[in-house]
Amino acid sequence: MDYKALGLVAGIEIHQQLDTKEKLFCHCPTTLREIPDHDGEFFRYLRATVSEMGEIDRAAQEEMKHDRKFQYFTYDTTCLVENDEEPPAPVNDEALSICLTIAKMFGMTPVPQVHIMRKLVIDGSNTSGFQRTALVAFSGTLPDGGHIETICLEEEAAQRVKDEVFSLDRLGIPLVEITTSPDMHMPEDVQKVAEYIGMVLRSTGKVKRGLGTIRQDVNISIAKGARVEIKGVQELDLIAEVVRREVQRQHNLLSIRDELRKRGALAGSAAGVDVTALFGETKSTVLKKAKKIHAITLKGFAGLLGREIQPERRLGSEMSDYAKKCGVGGIFHTDELPAYGITAEEVAHLRTYMGAGEQDCVILVAGASEKQASCAINQVIKRAQLALSDRPVPEETRKMLENGSTAYMRPLPGAARMYPETDVLPVLIDDTRWETITIPELLTKKAERFVQAFGIEKNYALQLASSEKLPLFDQLVQEGIKPKLAAFTILSTITELRRDGVDIRKISDQTYVDTLHAVDNGRAAKEAIPEIFRNVAAGSTFAEALEKLAPSVSRADLEIIVKKIIADREDFVLQKGKAALGPLMGVVMAEVRGSVDGKIVSEILKKEISAALAIKKP
Amino acid sequence: MNRDGVYITKRDGMAVVKLDSGYNIGVPPNTCRFISRPEPVTIKQHDVIQNTSLPHLAIVSTGGTIASRIDYRTGSVTSQFNANDILTAIPELKEIANYRTVPLATILSENMTPAIWQELARAVYREIQNGAKGVIVTHGTDTMGYSAAALSFMIDTPVPVIFVGSQRSADRPSSDNAMNAVCAAAAATSELGEVAVVMHATTSDDTCAIHRGTRVRKMHTSRRDAFRSLGIAPIGDVSYPSRKVTLTKGAVRRGTSPLAIHDALDPHCALLQSYPGMTPDLLNAYEGYHGIVIAGTGLGHTSTTLIPHLKRLCDQGALIVMTSQCMHGRVCDRVYDTGRDLLSAGVIEGGDLLPEVALVKLMWVLGNEKDSLKAAALMQSDLKGECMQRSAHGL
Repeated sequence: MDYKALGLVAGIEIHQQLDTKEKLFCHCPTTLREIPDHDGEFFRYLRATVSEMGEIDRAAQEEMKHDRKFQYFTYDTTCLVENDEEPPAPVNDEALSICLTIAKMFGMTPVPQVHIMRKLVIDGSNTSGFQRTALVAFSGTLPDGGHIETICLEEEAAQRVKDEVFSLDRLGIPLVEITTSPDMHMPEDVQKVAEYIGMVLRSTGKVKRGLGTIRQDVNISIAKGARVEIKGVQELDLIAEVVRREVQRQHNLLSIRDELRKRGALAGSAAGVDVTALFGETKSTVLKKAKKIHAITLKGFAGLLGREIQPERRLGSEMSDYAKKCGVGGIFHTDELPAYGITAEEVAHLRTYMGAGEQDCVILVAGASEKQASCAINQVIKRAQLALSDRPVPEETRKMLENGSTAYMRPLPGAARMYPETDVLPVLIDDTRWETITIPELLTKKAERFVQAFGIEKNYALQLASSEKLPLFDQLVQEGIKPKLAAFTILSTITELRRDGVDIRKISDQTYVDTLHAVDNGRAAKEAIPEIFRNVAAGSTFAEALEKLAPSVSRADLEIIVKKIIADREDFVLQKGKAALGPLMGVVMAEVRGSVDGKIVSEILKKEISAALAIKKP
Repeated sequence: MNRDGVYITKRDGMAVVKLDSGYNIGVPPNTCRFISRPEPVTIKQHDVIQNTSLPHLAIVSTGGTIASRIDYRTGSVTSQFNANDILTAIPELKEIANYRTVPLATILSENMTPAIWQELARAVYREIQNGAKGVIVTHGTDTMGYSAAALSFMIDTPVPVIFVGSQRSADRPSSDNAMNAVCAAAAATSELGEVAVVMHATTSDDTCAIHRGTRVRKMHTSRRDAFRSLGIAPIGDVSYPSRKVTLTKGAVRRGTSPLAIHDALDPHCALLQSYPGMTPDLLNAYEGYHGIVIAGTGLGHTSTTLIPHLKRLCDQGALIVMTSQCMHGRVCDRVYDTGRDLLSAGVIEGGDLLPEVALVKLMWVLGNEKDSLKAAALMQSDLKGECMQRSAHGL
């Protein structure tokens, strides 16, 4: 696709959890819990509050289409603040400092006084019905000339367990939201910017790591399309694909609109028709279960609901998403029927009843009540009208599905959903505070330093710089361990053990320190490191693990062992000559069970093999 | 760097400015430059049609916000108090009754006074007299228990008089205001015939408890289920969202008491709590008071050093009633010497009266009974379920 011609404009919002001791507005730890560990639960209903204009925010309205009862799990690490049963504590100062550090790293300007706001969110993910958020700094720059508009400090939402059940362990963990200007024009640019920002964030050493701790929302539009926000892209590698697919979707929705107009299509201005009676004898389980079935004929839409607009998504899927807001499971449309237990006769009957021609598409919704069915069919009509309109790409918040396609969540919220959090006092950011913020070294700079100072290979150095174990590396080097050995142990040895199924979480930093010191002073061989770690992971203390290696072997003892091994294999040595070294290394190492450095073994072996060959030479 | 925004207010030396994104920030006022005045906001009015075939209820507001509107610009919450506003915010109310709204006061409940209790009693009385099948009083939660007790004594009511409020502000989507209001309306149309408080029974949105006005206390600063019946179980509950009202056998039924009002109160009464190290000179401040309630320790004690001073106040004509800061259980000043000495000094036992209910009752008794012996006897008899002869419930 020619993205330039299509007028692609994209920006990105990055949400990164901070690794603080306590949550943003209470003193609970920022620990994630296992669901079975929850020790209590409660449930609530949320209702949209009326705005100053006497209206309800359009995004909130959409979430309110059917009564939703939200259930929440509590833990011994959550409190009444998460339960929305106690006013919030003052802003966590540690989190604010990290946020200011990040702002300074991007060359941003802090706001003189930070005000905490409430952002209306009534999808259940916040017990209060709003997310607390504060604008902390403006106007940053990216190395390639891009801009960062704002950085906000926010509280994390509750984790959805399933459907309308949420876990409160995550609610309130501090996160920063970094919003770039919409100044990217190629899908790959968006991914590159996300990668760079992620690297800067990790450079602080104060952000949470692991899946779900960083999420990207991508804002995308093309010239004749509309701004669409795609939420929750967790995998960095998918960002470019998400952008490509959204451009494709908007482009296809525009083509479908043109096709519809050419056909003179009409998106039923009338209400849906009750067709429950037509399906009295149906074999379709969904329709049989329904209390009310409503239908609408979309004139001239035949074939277009089933046309793919991005992989595995069709105009029909978009309508289905809209209908689901009323609590129905989805829709049926004649582009995909007969199917799902609905027979060809039933479809024919339905078409006749609805007076639908060949160019027309009939849509069915099955509701648990009259109210639900009519709500759903009206949503379908609304979406169909949008498909035909001058702006066939609605402004939406969408969620990412697997592989980078997206589904509709709700309309883009208006600015009216933001109001002050009256329970938290504003925080002054004066010059003294701003000046005391120190900027940490960027991971890329750090990696360069590792390459130069320690001769560590570049990719390896970057990996090391981004590693959670970086502080351990610094400690080991400070304690005199050879940097390359420290790096190799932290990155390679441990990865291999993990892949082997060893529980590496059980290997403490102190074990690294002790083990590498033992190698350094010759008590253990480099080759014995995995063995020591395995034993510690299996429950041994470091001392026991070291003991399990062969007892320390002196140089004199080693010479005797080597001589004996060569004597026992005299023929082999004579036959192979110096090439016997390799095979014999293995034999000696097995004998001393890793208690001697391979280098020393190799040196003595070489000497003794030469000696043996010299004696036997005629 | 220039940025456009809407100037909202000046607070603590900073100008609060709302940006287009909806975020507020604080900036030094001298960095702001006037551009133009924003268009005045016109608020959409919704006309709500009430179903007149439903029971008629009155809603008397004292300033507790049963429904409120947030001003997104300033963040202030404005109390909405016509039926239209309330029914727009809480549409389910329309299915229960039709309403007349009576704005009585707009005060924070910590600023409540005996004089406003009297106005409230008169307003409620008038509504019942004019045919209301029930009355809902919206009230801040801080002193709702005091007001419910005050109305319990001042009005004999044949219909439910339901106090309701919200613990979590009405401007949040999770507020308990809507469910509490709906349950209050259901209770107000029920078979109940006394003054009660209807608030969340649990932290979940499943049930509201109906508490007798003289046995209810706010027991938590912020939780939804802060209101608890002490000494008795709640007299009923309302399920949500079914709105099914269940009353216990002990709940007074609709029509039991003929309508009457006794709105005299003597506000020269005080409530004090005894504590270790309390010095007698504090009691000098109470000279001239007509009645004093002591929230004593344990079974109803003060430090013995206070007793001669209490005796002096009694001798000067004050009616002193002993209650317990334990909240649960009744006082008994006949077990220990201190208690006996207090009785000898002229202090009377307040049974299992809650301290603040004893205060309100004392104001009412002294307002209506000038004979001190009869007043003391009234304090010790059960008038509105406040003073039980049997201790059945325990903790």
